[in-house]
Amino acid sequence: MSFLEYAPAPESTAILNLKSEYGLFIDGEFVDGSGEVFDTISPATEEVIARIAHADASDVDRAVAAARRAYDGTWSRMSGSDRGKYLFRIARLVQERSRELAVAESLDNGKPIRETRDVDVPLVAAWFFYYAGWADKLEYAGLGPNPRSLGVAAQVIPWNFPLLMLAWKIAPALAAGNTVVIKPAETTSLTAMLFAEILQQAELPAGVVNIVTGPGPTGQALVTHGDVNKVAFTGSTGVGRMIARQVAGTSKKLTLELGGKAANIVFDDAAIDQAVEGIVNGIFFNQGHVCCAGSRLLVQENVHDEVVDRLKHRLSTLRLGDPLDKNTDIGAINSAAQLERIRTLSDTGENEGAERWQLDCTVPDKGFWFRPTIFTRVSAAHTIAREEIFGPVLSVLTFRTPDEAIAKANNTPYGLSAGIWTEKASRMLAVADRLKAGVVWANTFNKFDPASPFGGYKESGYGREGGRQGLGAYLESAGWEAPAAIMESAESASSAPAKRGGRAKTTKKAVAK
Amino acid sequence: MSRLTVPKTYKLYIGGKFPRSESGRTYEVTTPAGEFVANAALASRKDARDAVVAARAAVSGWAGATAYNRGQVIYRIAELLEGRRAQFIDEISRTEGVTAAAASAQVDAAIDVWVWYAGWADKYAQVVGNGNPVSGPYFNLSVPEPTGVVGAIAPQARVGTSLLGLAAVVAPIIVSGNTVVVVPSQSAPLSAISLAEVLATSDVPGGVINVLTGSPAEMAPWLASHADVNALDLAGAGDIDWVELQLSAAETLKRVLTPVNGVPAPALERITAFTETKTVWHTKSMR
Repeated sequence: MSFLEYAPAPESTAILNLKSEYGLFIDGEFVDGSGEVFDTISPATEEVIARIAHADASDVDRAVAAARRAYDGTWSRMSGSDRGKYLFRIARLVQERSRELAVAESLDNGKPIRETRDVDVPLVAAWFFYYAGWADKLEYAGLGPNPRSLGVAAQVIPWNFPLLMLAWKIAPALAAGNTVVIKPAETTSLTAMLFAEILQQAELPAGVVNIVTGPGPTGQALVTHGDVNKVAFTGSTGVGRMIARQVAGTSKKLTLELGGKAANIVFDDAAIDQAVEGIVNGIFFNQGHVCCAGSRLLVQENVHDEVVDRLKHRLSTLRLGDPLDKNTDIGAINSAAQLERIRTLSDTGENEGAERWQLDCTVPDKGFWFRPTIFTRVSAAHTIAREEIFGPVLSVLTFRTPDEAIAKANNTPYGLSAGIWTEKASRMLAVADRLKAGVVWANTFNKFDPASPFGGYKESGYGREGGRQGLGAYLESAGWEAPAAIMESAESASSAPAKRGGRAKTTKKAVAK
Repeated sequence: MSRLTVPKTYKLYIGGKFPRSESGRTYEVTTPAGEFVANAALASRKDARDAVVAARAAVSGWAGATAYNRGQVIYRIAELLEGRRAQFIDEISRTEGVTAAAASAQVDAAIDVWVWYAGWADKYAQVVGNGNPVSGPYFNLSVPEPTGVVGAIAPQARVGTSLLGLAAVVAPIIVSGNTVVVVPSQSAPLSAISLAEVLATSDVPGGVINVLTGSPAEMAPWLASHADVNALDLAGAGDIDWVELQLSAAETLKRVLTPVNGVPAPALERITAFTETKTVWHTKSMR
């Protein structure tokens, strides 16, 4: 038995008290869906965990109607401090049931219990705690005078951080005074259902949060519904484009948090051991199912071999296997479809001339698994350097000068995140200035916090989640009064009689959203 | 004895130069009563593409300038406009068909809009950015940055907008460091080209503001679909099929401001509509 072999240390599932079937959560109650019920499985074993209701357009309609009633009748009339107290209650209940949520998330998503226990669920609680405090302080947020809620928010979330993405969406929406209809991803609805139980324990007024489960068309019915005022989506850039089209021409406010192809830049003066830890955390955290994953490693040429060697050595200590085992570093790929995509793109990488290295480890017989993979000799034109793989696959490229690193890092339609590793603070700041990315991690990677705005440039979407910027995504303001003297002159400029043709009205508040 | 006047040829403004449209096309600018005033260049798709190339090339220099410097450069536009009031009043009153007093009020308002936005250059980041108290040993700061190249349709109303509407659209776009390709008032484009002459002799680097006279309905789709344009200001697109433009912009996930009635009021939101929040985390350590 080598030092790397550990006795199994599985987290017990006895803490779970799952139902065999979960309905939709509409108007404070679990109700049947109109579509065909579907299974949610453990991607580590392919065993069925529970059966999930499938919401069709009529169910979405009921959910939106419930959210509208709750908005008009309860939530928009409630004081900010009471809204805040409900959110605090939710935060506390999440903390109290944190182990149960962590186990359920690990089981349903395939991610290691170490991550759900130490990252996902604590952040869920933190998110509700942070936004709870905003609920009665909206006018202090600096988002314009008299900030107002928008109404009913339609929210569609991905499968990579099921409960955490739910928290990112629901907490600011509720703090700002909106009601919510949210659709979890098809493969990861389980913890949203446990969250619905928490809402019942918190005695959140019926209809304030409604959860509709189902496949893509359920989400489409939700975002295209005529009675929603706000659409928030996290997921692929392809679907994000479709939603942007569907929302075009409407008054719905839209925020999109989409894909990424982040560069993680390692300069030759970096603390290499720390950088290697950061690279591993950047791309192998959550099996690489992270939109902001550091999937392109840009290493300064003179330290390339050293970094890659140390990286391979570090990877060889990672343990892949049962997500519920407390020693597991790499869990299961979330679905067969995602595994297929990762395989296809990796094969393309090899076919296009990149050199593949994979962790030498045994893979369980059942379930969906992909061994941590590094591609070296990758060029900027390779598919694996351009397309989001959303799996544990790292592409290594090199650079010689900081300018080249910046040019390569920005050479992508995405712009969600980036990493910089250098011991020289002045260079770190200068490079950070020039990276076209919404989040830049310097000598760290994949850090998240409710106080810290998160979101992308370019085709990684628009709007921010986290911080007061994240609150702003769920509020509107009448806007500050425009400078009076300018408005007066503007008025006079259009008040003189025209000889012919239309007369323009210069509106006081002509600012479009 | 009356002197024979020397009329000006009005051309496009791209990358700091004054080319004719590559298409060779022009259109007649008239008074509201239909009397001929001048020919203006009728910009083409190729002109739009050239303008986007010029705008992209100008981004790094303009966005990289200090905020104080951008503020001064924009303030200088106001100074030069003030010095050429008579010319602008003349062009506005002829093309819009308004009185000299109304034209004068519009010039006043336009100058004041430039001054108002100039002052934001080194302040907006303080107002909309923030330090973030994250749970860990990290220095964490969120700051707004320009989004890049913005395509804009200036207000098109026949009266009260030709110079003011242009200022109200362009100033908030460029103050943060964006560059712009703007289609000015189609019916009254003369003051826009004269403004370009002001820009060419001010300190605004070539390519920061590009002016394409012509048809918004013809030009806007090229800007909306262009992959190297980051955002669209459709302030003056209310009379054309702007939903189609928004659909087209969705393909590259452009940031879009939808049409307004008349001239957009000066507002911080017009600056932040074309900025991105960048959050930088840096590890704190004693070692």
